[in-house]
Amino acid sequence: MSVDLSQFHQVFFEESYEGLDVMESALLNIDISAIDDETINEIFRAAHSIKGGSGTFGFVDIAGFTHVVETLLDLIRSDQFEMKADHVDLFLRSVDCIRTMINQLESGASCDMEVADELKIAFNLLLDGEASPDTDSNSGSIEGDNQSDASDSEGWQIYFKPELDILRTGNDPVRMFRELAELGELTVSAVIDEIPSISDIDPEACYMAWNLTLWGSATEAQVNEVFEWVVDDSELTITPLSLTGGEAEQEQEQEQEQVVVTDEKEKLSEPVLENVQEQINEPVDATLKQAVKKPASKKDTKTESASIRVGTDKIDDLINMVGELVITQSMLSELGKDFSIESMPKLMEGLEQLSMHTRELQENVMRIRMLPISFAFSRFPRLVHDMSKNLNKKVELILLGEQTELDKTVMERIGDPLVHLVRNSLDHGLELPENRVASGKDEMGKITLNAFHQGGNIIIQIIDDGAGLNKEKILSKAIENGLVSASDNLTNDQINDLIFLPGFSTAEAVTDISGRGVGMDVVRRNIQDLNGSVEVESKEGEGSVFTIRLPLTLAILDGQLINVGDQVYIFPLVSIVESIQSHDQMIHRVSGGCDVLRLRNEYIPIIKLWEVFNIKSDHETVEDGLLVIVEGDNIKVAVLVDDLLAQQQVVIKSIRENYRPVHGVSGATILGNGTVSLILDISGLIKLAGVGRDAYKKVSESNDIEAA
Amino acid sequence: MSDETSSKLDEINNELTDVKSDEPSDQFLTFFMAGEEFGVDILAVQEIRGWEPITPIPNAPNQVLGFTNLRGTVAPIIDLRLCFGVEAATYEDSTVVIIMLVETEREPKIMGVVVDAVSDVYNFSKSHIQPSPELSQTKQAQYVKGLGSIDDKMVILLELTEQLITDSDVLAGRQLQAS
Repeated sequence: MSVDLSQFHQVFFEESYEGLDVMESALLNIDISAIDDETINEIFRAAHSIKGGSGTFGFVDIAGFTHVVETLLDLIRSDQFEMKADHVDLFLRSVDCIRTMINQLESGASCDMEVADELKIAFNLLLDGEASPDTDSNSGSIEGDNQSDASDSEGWQIYFKPELDILRTGNDPVRMFRELAELGELTVSAVIDEIPSISDIDPEACYMAWNLTLWGSATEAQVNEVFEWVVDDSELTITPLSLTGGEAEQEQEQEQEQVVVTDEKEKLSEPVLENVQEQINEPVDATLKQAVKKPASKKDTKTESASIRVGTDKIDDLINMVGELVITQSMLSELGKDFSIESMPKLMEGLEQLSMHTRELQENVMRIRMLPISFAFSRFPRLVHDMSKNLNKKVELILLGEQTELDKTVMERIGDPLVHLVRNSLDHGLELPENRVASGKDEMGKITLNAFHQGGNIIIQIIDDGAGLNKEKILSKAIENGLVSASDNLTNDQINDLIFLPGFSTAEAVTDISGRGVGMDVVRRNIQDLNGSVEVESKEGEGSVFTIRLPLTLAILDGQLINVGDQVYIFPLVSIVESIQSHDQMIHRVSGGCDVLRLRNEYIPIIKLWEVFNIKSDHETVEDGLLVIVEGDNIKVAVLVDDLLAQQQVVIKSIRENYRPVHGVSGATILGNGTVSLILDISGLIKLAGVGRDAYKKVSESNDIEAA
Repeated sequence: MSDETSSKLDEINNELTDVKSDEPSDQFLTFFMAGEEFGVDILAVQEIRGWEPITPIPNAPNQVLGFTNLRGTVAPIIDLRLCFGVEAATYEDSTVVIIMLVETEREPKIMGVVVDAVSDVYNFSKSHIQPSPELSQTKQAQYVKGLGSIDDKMVILLELTEQLITDSDVLAGRQLQAS
């Protein structure tokens, strides 16, 4: 084998995960009372591909385990075994088990076989109990009734003539022969009579047949297993070897050579072909994948998949657009060669076109990173299935807007908060069936996950028809924890919002009330890290709606440019509440040096940007400056700036990449004039200025940026 | 930037591209700073640029002058003089910035280093590099890899590390340099 197979491992892992997802969702869809053949077939096919792939790459542990799973599935498929509810669970557990194994392989470890062995035993019990005599019967092309008693024969004489297309299906004769060779001593001779002349040859077809002789004590079943994949499409004759095995002793050097040739040919075509057959998705990214993989492999701790499958239509669009861009460019350079003032309108037109194409190109490149949100939603059927069982609740999960597209990075990081919210809805939101019936509801609870676009944002809603938030208890808890005072007059929304406060999270007592509150501050912080927001609406007795609002991408941000002295900084537009010109009467000095702004009966601490950043400013006192009121970590602060400049979309550049995290700064961007401008991080600023702790006692000090 | 400087820069940049093609080398790019000649491994050098206005970083150590826009990449600019505890020079059009890759525990980082003037590219075979004498008292000691000699001249060979941006020894006045 001259080709290094390990370069295809990542593709195998990804495809296996996809296969496992297919198996999982199909398993969850199974209606035990009326099992649909197509569903079983789907599961079987997925298992089959995983087994095939793992065999090819030499992951014997996975291949072995999947084989057992597949055997049972095959019996179910051929109606020799009746599927029951607990078998579904067994299969689900095996899916988990295979996933864990692949995970371990991916991180370079070897498989932990403990769970697998346990499940294997369970499967074998089922197999032995009900169907053992049938195991061999499905391989039809065996001649003779010679029962596979090892002692009966010296070995096997095998004639194997695969169909022309065998290489295209990803089956590798060489691999099969190698497998056979493990069973005993093997000689192979190729029948090359049918190879056409070189001009007629299809390089991807297999024209050869083989005569194989296997000495040793292998059973017929073992031999059959090797050819299991191809038996349906090939001519295969397996006959027991009599004591005189002379014919196989022929000269074979020439044939050996042939085998090697196929091998090479095979390797060239296989990786590409496998991808093609896989899905509508294209193999175009195969090379890209490897390019991306290499630098990524350095950080081995967290294996976030660094490749994306991109539809060809998106790539075609891009190529089109780049073409247009090239045309515009050549038009402009033509114009520039011999420029006179008369051609000014033409120049303007060209520039107009250029800016249009650039914008389109940018949008389309962004689209490449977009994936349908079903990637994030897909885990919930299983989660709800498992959890509702544990909690003895009846739940129907409805997924809407699964095709809504979202940036891949956002998707990866929204998963955990979503799980948290769904879990919360299940655990605290929905009531037990008997309570639901008592309050006049359907005993089946409903959780809806809904995703849609709304003006540059993506909205994800988690809707349940449970008990809703219990306002009195939330309020009393908040007062108890000192988050609000009893005299505060809070609106319903403000009360609901209290569950997101950090002080609310750790107390176990909160879980006793029907409301929520476990780790909600973490959820909000995670979402805010993505420049998003989360809100809750609730009606007691009718349910709650959690609404997550996220920017479509992390790469671009709507910013408000401000300046202090000669420096330009950028506030994320979402964090700005309002901007005001301050008056003397509104400013109050608190002992300790902190100024506060009194605005509509609210006291807001003032942060002087020039002071926390140690820069020169034209307006050093609060009285003559402009105050921008921003909100971060649920704390409002007023930031003193010199002037408000333009609002514009800015492309976010990492500063950690070449520097280290900076307090109060979340990133940088490059302005139209080519200079670097820093994007301000509100919660970082608040920490840096050390304000806000009096307003809310328990501002968590976690997340402190450490120098890299 | 004067024509002379820019043509000199072009020349050196061309030389850099030549060097990169045939890899393992003992070649060092040398530059002047406060009257002394220093050298850095030429493979770490990305390019040499003239001085451009930079954006100061709030509360950064003194030697970190700020960020510059490197064709869309945001990279910090560091004044080696301040790292080595030498008085800062004035930054003008003739000031030269060497953009280089600095190895870190993770991915290498791209940083710009301000020097007085770029000098030449020299070959130092291993035998011509002597280990640095005990310099533990000076600020530059931690970056010194060895001493190279060429025609009676001595060149201090440096190996720059991430310390450049984390070293807060020089964080004295906390006043940002005006750009």
